Amino acid sequence: MNNDKLKDTKKLLEEDLKIASNEKELNDLKVKYLGKKGLITELNSSIKNIPNEEKKSYGLAVNGLRTLFNNIYEEKLEIFKKEELNKKISNETIDITLPSKKIKKGSLHPMTLITEEFEDLFVSMGYTVYEGPEIETDENCFQKLNVPKGHPARDAQDTFYLKDEFENFLLRTQTSTAQVHAMEENTTKGPLRIVCPGKVYRRDEDATHSHQFMQIEGLVIDEDVSMADLKGTLEMFCKKILGEKTEIRFRPSYFPFTEPSVEVDVSCFKCQGKGCNLCKQTGWIEVLGAGMVHPNVLKMCGYDPKKYQGFAFGTGIDRFAMFKYGIPDIRTIYGNDIRFIEQFNRKDDTYEVK
Amino acid sequence: MKLSRKFVSDYLDLDKNLSITKIAEDMTSVGNEYDSASSLINCTNLVVGEVISCENHPDSDHLHCCVVDIGTEKLNIVCGAPNCRKGLKVIVAKAGAILPGGTIKKGLIRGAESNGMLCSLAELGLENKFLEEKDHAGIYEFPATTEIGIDAISALELDDEVIDFELTSNRGDLLSILGMAYELGAIYNKKVKPIDLNHSEVKENVNDVFKIKIETTDCPLFLAKKALNVTIKESPAFIKNRLIASGIRPINNVVDISNYVMLETGQPLHFYDANSLGDTLIVRNAKENETLTTLDNIKRTLSPDDIVISTPKEAVGLAGVMGGLSTEVENTTKDIIIESAIFDNIKIRKTSKKILRSEASNRFEKGLDPNRTYMAIERSCALLEKYAKAKIMTGTVTYDKLAKENKKINLSLNKLNKVLGITISEEEVISILERLTFTVTKKDSLEVEVPTRRRDISIEEDLIEEVGRIYGMDNIKGKLPVLNVSLGAYNKTKRALKHQLASLGLNETMSYTLIPKEHVFDFTTEKFTPIYLNDAMSEDRNTLRNSLLYSLKEIYLYNKARNNTNLSLFEIAKCFYKENTTYKEELHLGILLSGDYFLDIKKERVDFYILKGIAENILDFLGYENRYSFQKGDLPKELHPGMSACINVGGTILGFLGHIHPETLKDDVYLLEINLDKLLSLKTSKMKYKDISKYPSIIKDIAFIVDKDISSKEIIDTIKKASSKRLTNIELFDLYTGDKIASDKKSLAYKLTFMDTTKTLTEEEVMLEFNSIIDKVEKTLKATLRDK
Repeated sequence: MNNDKLKDTKKLLEEDLKIASNEKELNDLKVKYLGKKGLITELNSSIKNIPNEEKKSYGLAVNGLRTLFNNIYEEKLEIFKKEELNKKISNETIDITLPSKKIKKGSLHPMTLITEEFEDLFVSMGYTVYEGPEIETDENCFQKLNVPKGHPARDAQDTFYLKDEFENFLLRTQTSTAQVHAMEENTTKGPLRIVCPGKVYRRDEDATHSHQFMQIEGLVIDEDVSMADLKGTLEMFCKKILGEKTEIRFRPSYFPFTEPSVEVDVSCFKCQGKGCNLCKQTGWIEVLGAGMVHPNVLKMCGYDPKKYQGFAFGTGIDRFAMFKYGIPDIRTIYGNDIRFIEQFNRKDDTYEVK
Repeated sequence: MKLSRKFVSDYLDLDKNLSITKIAEDMTSVGNEYDSASSLINCTNLVVGEVISCENHPDSDHLHCCVVDIGTEKLNIVCGAPNCRKGLKVIVAKAGAILPGGTIKKGLIRGAESNGMLCSLAELGLENKFLEEKDHAGIYEFPATTEIGIDAISALELDDEVIDFELTSNRGDLLSILGMAYELGAIYNKKVKPIDLNHSEVKENVNDVFKIKIETTDCPLFLAKKALNVTIKESPAFIKNRLIASGIRPINNVVDISNYVMLETGQPLHFYDANSLGDTLIVRNAKENETLTTLDNIKRTLSPDDIVISTPKEAVGLAGVMGGLSTEVENTTKDIIIESAIFDNIKIRKTSKKILRSEASNRFEKGLDPNRTYMAIERSCALLEKYAKAKIMTGTVTYDKLAKENKKINLSLNKLNKVLGITISEEEVISILERLTFTVTKKDSLEVEVPTRRRDISIEEDLIEEVGRIYGMDNIKGKLPVLNVSLGAYNKTKRALKHQLASLGLNETMSYTLIPKEHVFDFTTEKFTPIYLNDAMSEDRNTLRNSLLYSLKEIYLYNKARNNTNLSLFEIAKCFYKENTTYKEELHLGILLSGDYFLDIKKERVDFYILKGIAENILDFLGYENRYSFQKGDLPKELHPGMSACINVGGTILGFLGHIHPETLKDDVYLLEINLDKLLSLKTSKMKYKDISKYPSIIKDIAFIVDKDISSKEIIDTIKKASSKRLTNIELFDLYTGDKIASDKKSLAYKLTFMDTTKTLTEEEVMLEFNSIIDKVEKTLKATLRDK
């Protein structure tokens, strides 16, 4: 009789669990079979009525039922939990194509980007960035650069003078003036290696000239530097900034503060020297002025021209920005149209160690 | 300077196979850049033809149907020129000829066959200033003796080529055909031919009839000669054409000769009508406000900086710049006084800048070779005799204070190689210098004698450059300098700040330093002396800015006009002012916010607190955390007084931020400006690790009701005063005004975090401190607790 009861309970239990279709029904069954008044609990407590010699096998059989219930219960519970999670996930699914929460993109001005590239390159060659003042004396801007008053070279640099009783102060027309400060401030009058980026001003304005623009000047003074060193340095500069295939060409020229003086052309990076409208079909683009520091300049800035030689070079940063980013009109650079400035919002270094 | 190939060929044999472009390129490679190099007349397929019949076109009232013999064939050509007639020798553009106006094609003109075009001079592309009315009105008429079938441009003697050079300002010597000949001679290793100065002189000596008085130090050399009985007429074609090729308009033989000699020698000459001038010529500085009517019939007012040529009575010419109207050479002129002189180049530069830049003044400004002054006056006599039938008087009236000897400069081969970074032999150096017609004597170093025409050469480095030029600067092989290791450096703070601002979503601008005078005090507290330009280009840019905010406001308006108002801008640039007699420039940071700061779904309008957040972010970033405050104070009048604050860092006001004043601009624009130089001069502490407590913190919330005019900062300061260092954080989490409290009150709720780094705090310990905080705030600020 006890065996029949055990068999019936087993059958009932298996059927009940099979029918259970969710977690709640499953838990109800747990109460039905294993609760305080549960069927299996009752079977267990009726052991006291079992004859002693059958007690052991009866107890094992009841425990077997309990294990069976728990096994099936756990198995089904896991299935239900998984189903429920899947349902939750499915309900939570979002439209990944909706727009993002936009984080505003800041940007640095293209002139800043180019200046930083120049600075990094020269700093890696041991130069120090030196920024001089924008208001200058006539002496520093011209006379100490070997351009006395009345010198025709002043024509090319029409100057903004300040309203001043001494008629001596002006807005610098070239970053070369920073050379004068750096040389004079260098109390040891020893070797010097600087680059000077900054704003300069000239009374001139059209599509390729702005009354305010940016230049960078480089100066190296040492006991033994030559035109060959100058050329090697500028080759490095042009290759790293404009691309490894860039060639440079020296043409003699005239600047009052260098002797000898050269203008430096680079092979056209647009057409690789074949000739195009950018290089006016010549294959070359004039980008720098350079030369050996004039002994008069060394002398006026306190250096001994018998002991020291130096080279200097200068270029327009605006021109490089126009080349690098393909900006056709210099006035765009200073127009500050948000649609222009926000374009420069990503990393794009030409000079980079890979 | 325009170089005519034919002109320079008088003095140098240029290889006929050298193209004009090649010559220009070769000149460029020694430092003389050019703008253009081409034929004087850029036309093809032009021949001389003869009109052998000329009938009126049946369908036109002005066209002619002509048959033109061009030697090889006879062409039917329709021509509309009124002077077209039988027997005329004409310029014929054959079919396929390219003219500035287009290509000539065979075709029918109103039904009549036309296989070419008869040309006027205007149609050949000569500049208008070289053309007379007849050159536009009708076709060109060759002399009857002209051979038919030959090239028409050669027949016109216009078969020249021209290079337009852009010379550097040190090479005044190249403003002459002779100078060009020497330069080309150095390039191609050829000798320059001598100039013909030969002329005869009549018995009478000019010194007996004409006197000069030099009453200024601005005229170190003055020569005068007299030519009698000149015949004024049209110049011979070669003179006219060379002037045209050089860009100078031919006038008559006498005037043309003065220009021709200037082009040849670089020495400007002036011819006076001798009868109008009288027998005495004075060179002096002009008197203050002295007047003179120049050749262009304009009355000029002069100053003592100007040099004048004068009779004892009055000024008759502006030395080196322009002659006077009263002594002009006219068609009736018989005798002329020839002036060849040197004037102070700086004075001429000043005067010509003021009055007129001319071919002559350009040459005076660059400086002249005194030997050429003598050469030019003799050359002009030779030409006047030959082409104007002049009789030249004996002698020259001379005033001369200048040395005319060649300079001697020593050149060390070692130094040359050290400067250029090359290895060149002494022989090669000597050979290059000799090609430049410098004389070299070998001593310890090389002694180089430089001709006076090369005024640009005065020191050893100049000679090194000369050798380098001819050797080829581009033949120098580049190498990196071998230098002692030294550290490079740059201003990291400025760069880091820019990057930080960009990472906060701000866009960097770069605007002009120069702003209009009337706005220099905008966005400032007006406690400075502005700096103005002496010679501004425009009223828009005549003053150096003292604040970046006027510029940023202008940028805002520019973008607003283009419907872009979501702007988060910053600029770092110098601002300027004058202090006593010194000029100051200080780096500022300016920020402008308008429109939305966060975009799209979560977009949020900018307000004071977003800008304040940015200010705090950068001040913290730069290392000034806990050292700044935002306070009421002296603000620019362009800011909203109720929505703006001064920025106090370390006890000093270094800037301000806030809403633009509605009277300045009605829009919601927020601005910030900080004096970066002053800010960055404040030292910052080192970034240091702080112990992280192992013990838990206890958080207490508290809400105070206070009068509306009590600021949150006052409450926080009071809380801080009442608490120990266990209070590690105070955070405002709610601000309430409204129905639930009195209308003149506001409620502020704070979250206070208590923590001890050495032990776990007990509730009792925290409550003790918390209660004393409440007590203090209640007493000090007349606050009440909101939940009471």
